Amino acid sequence: MQTSPPLRAAKAARHPLLHPAAKVVLFVLCLLPLAWYAFGVVTYQLGANPAEAVIRGLGDWTLRLLWITLAVTPLRQWTSQPALARFRRMLGVFTFVYASLHLVAYAFLDMSLDIPEILRDIAKRPFILMGFAAWLMLLPLAATSFNRAIKALGAKRWQWLHKLVYAIAVVGLMHFIWMRAGKNNFAEPAVYGAILAVLLGWRVWKRLKA
Amino acid sequence: MHLLRQRDGLRIPSSEITPREHYENRRDWLKSAGALGLAGLGAGLGLDAAAQTAGPGKLAKLPATRSAVPGAMAMEKLTRYEDVTSYNNYYEFGTDKSDPAQHAHTLKTRPWTVAIEGECAKPGRYGIEDLLKLAPMEERIYRLRCVEGWSMVIPWEGYSLAELLKRAEPSSRAKYVEFTTLADKAQMPGVRSGVLDWPYVEGLRLDEAMHPLTLLAFGLYGEVLPNQNGAPLRLVVPWKYGFKSAKSIVKIRFTEQQPVSSWTKAAQQEYGFYSNVNPKVDHPRWSQATERRIGEDGFFAKKRATLMFNGYESQVGQLYAGMDLKKFY
Repeated sequence: MQTSPPLRAAKAARHPLLHPAAKVVLFVLCLLPLAWYAFGVVTYQLGANPAEAVIRGLGDWTLRLLWITLAVTPLRQWTSQPALARFRRMLGVFTFVYASLHLVAYAFLDMSLDIPEILRDIAKRPFILMGFAAWLMLLPLAATSFNRAIKALGAKRWQWLHKLVYAIAVVGLMHFIWMRAGKNNFAEPAVYGAILAVLLGWRVWKRLKA
Repeated sequence: MHLLRQRDGLRIPSSEITPREHYENRRDWLKSAGALGLAGLGAGLGLDAAAQTAGPGKLAKLPATRSAVPGAMAMEKLTRYEDVTSYNNYYEFGTDKSDPAQHAHTLKTRPWTVAIEGECAKPGRYGIEDLLKLAPMEERIYRLRCVEGWSMVIPWEGYSLAELLKRAEPSSRAKYVEFTTLADKAQMPGVRSGVLDWPYVEGLRLDEAMHPLTLLAFGLYGEVLPNQNGAPLRLVVPWKYGFKSAKSIVKIRFTEQQPVSSWTKAAQQEYGFYSNVNPKVDHPRWSQATERRIGEDGFFAKKRATLMFNGYESQVGQLYAGMDLKKFY
């Protein structure tokens, strides 16, 4: 890492993952699902029940982004591309953004922003409680997602706090499974579950091997 | 009126005076006026044809006359044909609501026979052509409330199921009616999945099945049923959650014992035998107090209150007199 600035710049230019534009590209990619739902609502392309399509779509993308975030570290090692690590934070923050939009869409479109009714709903329905709990656990991670927070907490404590992401993934998956349980429709949750098992299992295996 | 005549005496068609979207809006208004029981107004203007709920002309016409059964003509704005035929729960064709419209074209609705069996004096088999002629076709406008919390208003064509059942002369031992629907892997891709125990089975108490509002439907919007809506014939029980209204029926059986419905089998604590629409009895995982009317007032529309027995309480409430509806959900 003792390379001189011009040499470093030349290296960066050669490696697309290190190019400054790579983060911009990822940022735009992460906004695409949101843009599609906004466009779909305005142009009536979300079918007979657009409110349901938006609520469920935002939930789907929350899980997908979280899974991608969790895939960064294993992919980085499997593909020997350490540069992948620089995208992890943005993916994590976007997971929080989509989770928050999912919650707002539910509160607004499904519950008409009736706060007492929403609180009753959370208490009454386990699958809503699971989703809400996952969002609550995302809050401290999103709140400490900048460099100064890492400094203030100390890297050790920050890392420890961010291990919460594993619990969030499991609770988020339970929210999805429970939501589909009434319709006996486990095909999609099974795919998410299998991928998560690989992502978490790989970490356990690494730990045991070390 | 002479001002509207051209010199050669030909009348200018109204379509040339009024912008197209305006007179089409007027037709829409007349259609809803018809649905609101103001059809007489339209008829007086010689526009009763416009008041009829016309389909898009995609499928064979199924002429019918307005039903005289009390409660059979809901006075509400109809759900668009496109929404009725693209947002369906028909798991034999997939679990996504867009799946049936995409995959149901493989369903063969001819030849089609319905077997009548069980506790009755005259069991038999009826071909679809005979069933279409068995009783006069009536148009009925029913609210449809799905257990998932959405609803539609649909103009169906058919006749009371009782017309068919009474011909079979159910015996004194017949207490229930069981409906079995088609489950053919070759025609129905969803049947390969283990989501439900196929074939799909539903059931009604005999008095529910004989109630005049219980409809054996062959069409919607003035045309034969699209495959994704349960062609060639289905049940429509408007005061129960939609899944009770079995699609593509192949067997009707009178039984002494209460039939076990497919959804009850899959999740007993969530889907009971009765499954009457009831805003006070919640599904274990969601409230049934409100519903989203499909296509109503756009994206930000508030949900509407769900009505007891889906608004058919005065017609069917007495069927459940004295019953604990929390216990018999």
